[in-house]
Amino acid sequence: MIQYSYLIPLFPLLGFLINGLGWNKIPKSLAGVIGSTSILASFVISLAVFAEVLSPSFQGPFVQHYFDFIQSGTLYIPFAFQIDALSASFLLIITGIGFLIHVYSTSYMHDDEGMVKYFAYLNLFVFSMLLLVMGANYIIMFIGWEGVGLCSYLLIGFWFKNHAYTDAAKKAFVMNRIGDLGFLVGMLLVLYHFHTLSYQELFDTIKTGTDQTTIYTAIAICFFIGAMGKSAQIPLYTWLPDAMAGPTPVSALIHAATMVTAGIYMIARSSVLYNLAPIALDLITWIGLATALLAASIAIKQNDIKKVLAYSTVSQLGFMFVAIGMGAYTTAVFHVITHAFFKALLFLGSGSVIHAMSGEQDIRFMGGLGKKMPITKITFLIGCLAIAGIPGFAGFFSKDEILAHAYAHQPLLFVALLIGALMTAFYMFRLYFLTFTGTFRGTEHQARHLHESPKAMTLPLMVLALFSIIGGYIGLPKVISEKHWLHDFLSTAVTEKELHELSHTTEWLLMGVSVGLVLVMIALAYKATQKAQFTAAKGFGKILENKWYVDELYQAVILTPLHHLGIFLQQIIEKSGIDAFVNNVGTSIHWLSARVRLLQSGIVGSYIFVMVLGIILLLSIGFLSTIL
Amino acid sequence: MPIQYYIFLSLALFSIGVMGTMMRRNAIIIFMCIELMLNAVNLLMVAFSNYWENSNAQIFVFFIMVVAAAEVAVGLAIITLVYRKVNSVDINILNRLKN
Repeated sequence: MIQYSYLIPLFPLLGFLINGLGWNKIPKSLAGVIGSTSILASFVISLAVFAEVLSPSFQGPFVQHYFDFIQSGTLYIPFAFQIDALSASFLLIITGIGFLIHVYSTSYMHDDEGMVKYFAYLNLFVFSMLLLVMGANYIIMFIGWEGVGLCSYLLIGFWFKNHAYTDAAKKAFVMNRIGDLGFLVGMLLVLYHFHTLSYQELFDTIKTGTDQTTIYTAIAICFFIGAMGKSAQIPLYTWLPDAMAGPTPVSALIHAATMVTAGIYMIARSSVLYNLAPIALDLITWIGLATALLAASIAIKQNDIKKVLAYSTVSQLGFMFVAIGMGAYTTAVFHVITHAFFKALLFLGSGSVIHAMSGEQDIRFMGGLGKKMPITKITFLIGCLAIAGIPGFAGFFSKDEILAHAYAHQPLLFVALLIGALMTAFYMFRLYFLTFTGTFRGTEHQARHLHESPKAMTLPLMVLALFSIIGGYIGLPKVISEKHWLHDFLSTAVTEKELHELSHTTEWLLMGVSVGLVLVMIALAYKATQKAQFTAAKGFGKILENKWYVDELYQAVILTPLHHLGIFLQQIIEKSGIDAFVNNVGTSIHWLSARVRLLQSGIVGSYIFVMVLGIILLLSIGFLSTIL
Repeated sequence: MPIQYYIFLSLALFSIGVMGTMMRRNAIIIFMCIELMLNAVNLLMVAFSNYWENSNAQIFVFFIMVVAAAEVAVGLAIITLVYRKVNSVDINILNRLKN
């Protein structure tokens, strides 16, 4: 089956082509079926491929070469796919959760006039992401990398008639481009120093080669800049909360299955390189930690249901990067997997809420929705429990693993991360209590309209809720089971750093502390939401509500100076420099030709006279030059 | 006959042609003067051809005569047409394209 893995990206591509080319002919209902079926087909093949990778007979990475992509001098880039434990895991996440989101979209978008186009974009998105994880070299990865950037732009700005939405789309695109440049520079550095971009050749060279820490560090940091853009880390994270402008299933797709996980995947894929670049790893740890705390603090004070979730994604990505920075790549991938389940669940749940509220997204005008929409409520609660890290749910296992590694790495890091995790519990349950409990605070019209979403929307929620519970059991902590299944599985594809071990007592203790504090935070969140009085925030709360004024800072430090520079160039350099020069050339020629024109009198005799004079002159010059 | 005689003769003919072209205003006279210049060159070529006992130049003379004939046909036709339009062959009034 594994040799048919090229079919996995092919189906979404076909779906994209059919829906994209027939956007004005295909009926809406069919578009959803085409879109979902193509992803389902990919999912089935991914399952088969995964099963094959899982079997003990599978030996190392499977690289399938299809054709020569670029061949020029010594530069050789084959078009090849690589299937190993890492890419197989991501394939399952992308196609599995992607499929659920497609099914959900068939119902969520059924009133939208651009539904066919929407499914075309969605399929292209999944296709790009599949290309990204399946490529056997950085170029193929980069094609997918750019593809997801493009699709995120198309989908965030899907309702392009709203000017703010297109601005958000542009912001996402530009921020991603900044990161892409870093990735590109990193690739060129790899090419320059190692003359290959294939993973296997590169990593073999690095493993056997001499120690060139400076080069490794430079490449690793360049790659990380790329990951910053895609995976929304400081300073390139502000696009992700704005990406909420797109339809809600798109947010789920961006935040869970595709796009933001690309950065984690890329670094996990390059683990060999990163292990030899300790400075880059430290940088990743600090940036990840800063992002985790900053985004979590912002999420506490947001009132838009999707904004809270968006900042929570940024924060969780920060956790993953901290794990990567400690060299615990499999732990990061573990958190990617569990996060994909519960974040897709939470986003789709919020979509269900927004659907019922006729487009209202402000949680201050919700409340008591649980009675009207029980399935959404219960699944959302499961998602909240999972992300908060309540034992038994998926998020607990992965987050606890990150915390345990952090404690072993540096106890202070553990404390900082724990604060981030506690904030997570607080804002998620604030969101939950405000939305689903208490009394309804919206308008009469909305109250009458409230209803549970149709089957096509609740079914994906239930499936995701199930995985949000059981998803964590693929990686049990050391204290419970000696065998960490995911770790053993991924270790064939990812080279972990040597990590410190914790004694069982310490680990139990850490677990108890974090779980206890999380429960306290949930209680606090419950208490805080009971008053349900929304006064304008003051002091520090206002700073949080305004997202630490980071957007304003960027505006002041980067955009305004650029704007002024542009005005300066336009007014001074162009108007009185270039324009003046060009105009002067014109006027001077005009003036000169008015004088020269007089020579052309129209009297033939004078022309001939001048001609004869000229000939005589030429002849005499020739004559003089011969005798001299 | 010494070659100088031919040279002086054709020089005189050529100069007459040049002066005529420059000074006269009648288009037909100018035209004839141009022919005179051409034939002055022809004469010189034949003379040198004879002097060097090499007949190559005479071929050129024939070419020039053929081209001159064609030129005369076209030129006279133009002058005739111009005369029909403006009732004059004075070149100084043929400056209507000016301004």
